[in-house]
Amino acid sequence: MGKRPAYSNLCKAIEAGHFVFTGELEPKKILDLSEIIESSKEMIKTKRIIAANVTDGPQGDAYMSSLIPSYIIQRDAGIEAVWQVAVRDRNRVALFGDVIAGAYMGLKNILVLTGDHTALGDNKKARPVYDIDSTQFCELLSKIIDDGTDYEGNEISGGKVEMNYGCVANPNAVGEYMEPEILKVGRKVEQGIDFIQTQTAFDIDVAKEFINELARFNVPILLGIFPMKSHGIAWYFDNYIPGVSVPKDLLKALKSAEKDNKGNKPAKYAALDKVNVEFFKPFIKEIKENSKASGVHCMAVEYERLFIPLLGEYPEYAKGFY
Amino acid sequence: MIITQQKDINEIYEMIKPYSKILIAGCDGCNQPPRSINEAKVLGQLLELKAKTEGKALIWKAITILRQCDDRIAATTVRPFLDDYEAIVSLACGLGVVMMNKIADKILTYPAQNSMFGGVQNASENDFIQYCETCGDCLLGVTGGVCPIAGCAKHLNNGPCGGTVDGLCEVGGYTRPCAWIEIYKRLKKFDRLDLFTKYRPARDYRSATSPSFIVINKTYTNEEEKKKEEKK
Ligand code: SF4
Repeated sequence: MGKRPAYSNLCKAIEAGHFVFTGELEPKKILDLSEIIESSKEMIKTKRIIAANVTDGPQGDAYMSSLIPSYIIQRDAGIEAVWQVAVRDRNRVALFGDVIAGAYMGLKNILVLTGDHTALGDNKKARPVYDIDSTQFCELLSKIIDDGTDYEGNEISGGKVEMNYGCVANPNAVGEYMEPEILKVGRKVEQGIDFIQTQTAFDIDVAKEFINELARFNVPILLGIFPMKSHGIAWYFDNYIPGVSVPKDLLKALKSAEKDNKGNKPAKYAALDKVNVEFFKPFIKEIKENSKASGVHCMAVEYERLFIPLLGEYPEYAKGFY
Repeated sequence: MIITQQKDINEIYEMIKPYSKILIAGCDGCNQPPRSINEAKVLGQLLELKAKTEGKALIWKAITILRQCDDRIAATTVRPFLDDYEAIVSLACGLGVVMMNKIADKILTYPAQNSMFGGVQNASENDFIQYCETCGDCLLGVTGGVCPIAGCAKHLNNGPCGGTVDGLCEVGGYTRPCAWIEIYKRLKKFDRLDLFTKYRPARDYRSATSPSFIVINKTYTNEEEKKKEEKK
């Protein structure tokens, strides 16, 4: 298959050779998008965040569908969305319908996800869909974008869907579990993904080894990182997100940052930010300088104040794209 | 075998509440754990007790049927009792309950079981396990004999998903094996990772989403063969 043109700012920036940064937004059980729009505007102000992921019912929870917030942040804040779409809740008919609706509204990036099972979410009795899996969704997207058809080959009229799409990969699949993970990504590469975005990594050696393995596919890779704005979040992540552990030292440092500055909010924030910057700044630098990654996906949800301290030394490449 | 679980006694009692004489029918077919004459008897006793607490007398009879899912066997077994009872409670799987409603169509048959899945008895693991979902499009030839439809919580054709940790599945609190890691290990063992790597396109769900039936051919004629020979 020939390479698909870069339709999105994200893919154009990668193609232009920039080391890119993306952010993350999480529409929850809400009817008010003002905070999400505010966060998006903060991302724009950094001039270094090229696009924002909009999550689709993470952990299987029933949240606002990602389609509308993805559109709204593009319209009201001007940042490009990486629209996350899970195959958990929609069959191939609904996925197709949503994708062309998203294309009509000017969305340019899709991140394909299987989606955490409904049994993990807040509506556990739901029947999950999984009509097609994430790899088959990749095939569907290639048909929509490259052939202008649905899965069965029925044509779309009235225009061309100009989108890029990516898949996720899990750097925490280590040891004997790495090979199936890499082979699985390979199937998606075969279907025509434009980029790979990884889950969170905390161990620099593990991250670099994983990127090294993925590099064989010659597809841009964004490494996921997860700065934590409170010790509580870090603790939750460490205990409740299986397969990922937050380094003990980092946990400890976040804890004392909070403890030492009890009752003094600005000082507490400054101390927490310092811990994150001290951990993630060298991490990002190492990834940029000594791995084949094309950028970093920063899952700092509602933690925009960290962006400049963390990314301030990188070029303001993104402003030409907004 | 079809694996069933008995419904809550209150739920069964609610169904039979309007009746004073019921027939309780076990099934000696494939359902597991056993739901035969003894289980039918125990259910009768429980329902009688429950009725007593409400000040009602319940007349019941327990029988068992060789296979409730076979119309001829079920009909001949149950026919002698039909005029004496107002309703039937079946201990068979859903197949048996539907069949009983068809063959004994003067009265209603109620289910005492929830049909869980078609499964196997794996004594070494002390479990009933669903190894096949009778999906109508068997993939076992490309998955090393491990079923990703029955074994994977998301029915993935191209797994594993991101939810697997150390070979275990995110559904069920990381206690059950991830089918796709099992598939990977099996195929690796037999040096057939080519099968693992291969993309499997979207399934045709027509066989699984509409009522299924297969016509068993009961007639044979040699007429066509004769015609062919005549042509020669
Ligand atoms: S962890 Fe494995 S078995 Fe469980 S849903 Fe994911 S691929 Fe399927």
